[in-house]
Amino acid sequence: MAAPSLPGSGLLKGLGLTFKTMLSPATTAQYPHVKPELPPRTRGVIALMEENCTVCMLCAKECPDWCIYIDSSKETVPVEGGRTRTRNVLDRFAIDFALCMYCGICVEVCPFDALFWSPEFEYAEYDIRELTHEKERLREWMDTVPPPPPLEEGAVPPAEIEAGIAAARKEAEEAVAKAKAAAEGGGEPEAEGPQIDEELFARLVAEGTPERAARAKAKAAFVKAQKRREREQGGDQ
Amino acid sequence: MSETLPHEGGVILPGGPGEAMSVEIRDGGLVTQEMNLNIGPQHPATHGVLRVVIDLDGEVIVRARPVIGYMHRGFEKLAEARDYRQIIALVNRHDWLSAFCNELGVALAVERLMELEVPERAQWIRVLMSEWNRILNHLMFIGSFGLELGAITPVFFSFREREDIQSFLESATGGRLHFTYTRVGGLKEDLPAGFLDASRQMAATMRSRNDEYRQLLLGNEIFQARTKGVGALAPDVAVDYGVTGPTLHATGVAEDVRLSEPYCVYDELDVKVPVRTNGDSYDRFVVLLDRIDASLDLIEQVHEGLPAGPVNRKMPKTVKAPEGATYVRTENPLGQGGYYLVSDGGKTPWRMRMRTPSFSNIQMVPELLEGSLLSDMIAILGSVYFVVGDVDR
Amino acid sequence: MATSVFALEPLWLALLLQALAALLLFLIGAVVVGYLEHKVLAHMQDRLGPMEAIWHGIGQLPADGLKFLQKEDIIPTAADRWVFALAPAVAVVPGVVVIAVLPFGPGLWLTDLDAGIFFALAASGVTVLGTLMAGWSSANKFSLMGGLRGAAQLISYELPLVLAAAAIVIQAGTLSLPGIVEAQHGFTLFGVPMIYGIPHIIGLGLFFVAALAELSRPPFDMPIADSELIAGHMTEYTGMRYAFFMLSEYAGMVILSALATVLFLGGWYPWPGVGLPEGAAGMVLGFVITFAKILVLSAIMVWLRATFPRMREDQLQRLSWSVLIPLGLLNIVLVATAKVWF
Repeated sequence: MAAPSLPGSGLLKGLGLTFKTMLSPATTAQYPHVKPELPPRTRGVIALMEENCTVCMLCAKECPDWCIYIDSSKETVPVEGGRTRTRNVLDRFAIDFALCMYCGICVEVCPFDALFWSPEFEYAEYDIRELTHEKERLREWMDTVPPPPPLEEGAVPPAEIEAGIAAARKEAEEAVAKAKAAAEGGGEPEAEGPQIDEELFARLVAEGTPERAARAKAKAAFVKAQKRREREQGGDQ
Repeated sequence: MSETLPHEGGVILPGGPGEAMSVEIRDGGLVTQEMNLNIGPQHPATHGVLRVVIDLDGEVIVRARPVIGYMHRGFEKLAEARDYRQIIALVNRHDWLSAFCNELGVALAVERLMELEVPERAQWIRVLMSEWNRILNHLMFIGSFGLELGAITPVFFSFREREDIQSFLESATGGRLHFTYTRVGGLKEDLPAGFLDASRQMAATMRSRNDEYRQLLLGNEIFQARTKGVGALAPDVAVDYGVTGPTLHATGVAEDVRLSEPYCVYDELDVKVPVRTNGDSYDRFVVLLDRIDASLDLIEQVHEGLPAGPVNRKMPKTVKAPEGATYVRTENPLGQGGYYLVSDGGKTPWRMRMRTPSFSNIQMVPELLEGSLLSDMIAILGSVYFVVGDVDR
Repeated sequence: MATSVFALEPLWLALLLQALAALLLFLIGAVVVGYLEHKVLAHMQDRLGPMEAIWHGIGQLPADGLKFLQKEDIIPTAADRWVFALAPAVAVVPGVVVIAVLPFGPGLWLTDLDAGIFFALAASGVTVLGTLMAGWSSANKFSLMGGLRGAAQLISYELPLVLAAAAIVIQAGTLSLPGIVEAQHGFTLFGVPMIYGIPHIIGLGLFFVAALAELSRPPFDMPIADSELIAGHMTEYTGMRYAFFMLSEYAGMVILSALATVLFLGGWYPWPGVGLPEGAAGMVLGFVITFAKILVLSAIMVWLRATFPRMREDQLQRLSWSVLIPLGLLNIVLVATAKVWF
């Protein structure tokens, strides 16, 4: 063991560093007074878009802790003039955040985009039972979900997201063009309301089809025709 | 001759107050009694719940025996009942300081069984994340080593850096400790815009901060007196016990999986392995600081070479590894991690066995402890890098 | 020379006032230095320290005190009850006693003992007895080792402390603390008025290092050594008894800093040869100057704590017996020679 040498340069260097640090401003975040800015991908709390949920149970099955509780029931929906259909109704959707390990598998496996991550984190409770968030509470977290961040240079966005973005952009452009046209006053205002294939509608009604069904079929035919037109136009270009 | 006196209202502790002093003269010298002392499982210096049972002669350790298992969570058995996606989320939890490196190891094992080719960009990003994770891990040990020697400032400095690094890693992965960013066949998603800039900036800051640690501790005479020559590990003993990582590199053996069996794109990068020769606590600490610089070099190379492209492959809904077995080695921050995966073709592994560096490191510890002082025990335990969760799994 | 402001009639009033003043100074000193430690340490570590209690955490220590009051007082079953209960008191009382002889300004001392410096050093040494008692009686192996380390440290560091003080006594020619301040006030080095600390730089260094060891302050905090011995002799203590140990540590910082101020830094005079106004104004000014010097010395102790790792017990002993004590003896020879020469 080397005998301790007299306080030397090494000691002074360290003292200099601590003194310098004392004079520079501290990095402490004054948390409850100043909220942290968290990135959009932060796994803070899971939000549920109830409308999108089809009760496929994938999330509950894939959860490594089994902390997602789902109850559902079948409901018959009478369809006028057709067979009655059954659909799944979500009775309960709860996540026990006391068990959750925040891995994000449920968000990832959800095929219908019903689950999202939100960076909110201030939901500590005095009672552990309160940490089980029911679907109403999970729905409220939806309001805090940020849009996904843009990707780094050189990244290839996933196909379904790219398609979604393209569709949204197209829609927005059309809306802008329409608004522009309306503002210029050049074009006549387009007819609002359901656009249907009037010819088909008249024929079907004449054949004795109920009006409601006839209208639906006529509308479908109209949309189909419109799509065909659009495709042809696209092909021209 | 050691006749215990009855003690008023209480338990009689062996060797403590209340026990009769037993003095024996043998060979002309005073023979004293040894004291048995339990360090842990709850003790401020054992990084979790390690227990070391030591026999003390005054302040000199006569015998030391690490008792492990207080944090056993049955990971390997649990893995047999979890599919691969879930395993990736679980595997970054046993060694909470090298989360990314662990999930990478599992993903590599599954990919090797499935004979998957992972997109180029994903491999580069995996290297980037591994190296940042390595720095995060080393920062933790730099801070805690100072704390164990009684210097309370380094831990605050290193946590300041950890906080900054975690913040920008969070922007990509969503997690601060448990990243869960790797997927079989690539990554969860690509980096968000601005990540590389933040990474570049942090790399520059980290370089200057690394010098601050050197300034604060390395030159300090008290620090040198406490660590130089303390717990010197011989290279052959280290190899015999299967010690890997910085603890091994401090003894002069430059075995590093990134060089000897490169994975991801380490073979395209210039990997430097800092080596020291004495194998004592001081050298182990210096190796840690040097490894941060080496990792920063790698990170800068990734910044330069990161190719464009997808980070993911189209994968089936349920990942099933074909029947077979494979063993993947990775260089985790604490040493060599090994992942032995046996699959019977189902969606969960038939057997998942992990070789963790902390386990090998801790079994070597009695070699160093016996004959050293109680104070040196802290310097040795703090510099033989291990995480108790990684020991027990 | 001024007499103490507490030299009043009748005697009972003087005694009452003295006791109150000593207790008050003890508490205020400990709290101020405690706050200083919280804040200086925090900023040296790039953080802010307590910020919530009142304003910038100035109410933190009183709040901690209140919290300690509410804690359960636990005495381990196997503990030696009486010794265990008495140990914190033994650690605190010497601090209050020493304050009685410390001069905090012109006339601001409780009593002027002829052998004041000896009294102060002897009484402050008793603190370590509390450490030993606590370590022994706790029936805990960690406490026992902490107590033994504390005792070993006391034996080896009381000596350099006394040797450093002895050199000043030779220089000043008096054992009385106010006497030393006045002697220092008239001290000149080659015609320039000078505090003792500059020619006696070796003595100052010795005194400071020995004081750190005596107080078990880092880098000599082996008796407490949280990473080795959990909290050493304090491991089994809770509530107010634990708070007493903390109080005695902070008060110890004040007392030894005050002693160093008197011996080496010119006491209540801003600089030797620079006088103070007469009367109450001088007293207030003197008090402020003394306290400022105490705080600077305490801040240096905190600064060392923020920067240095802990030494090892055997290294500490080696430092004391093979470096500090020979140096102290040499210092006395040098001072005595110089005193006779000039």
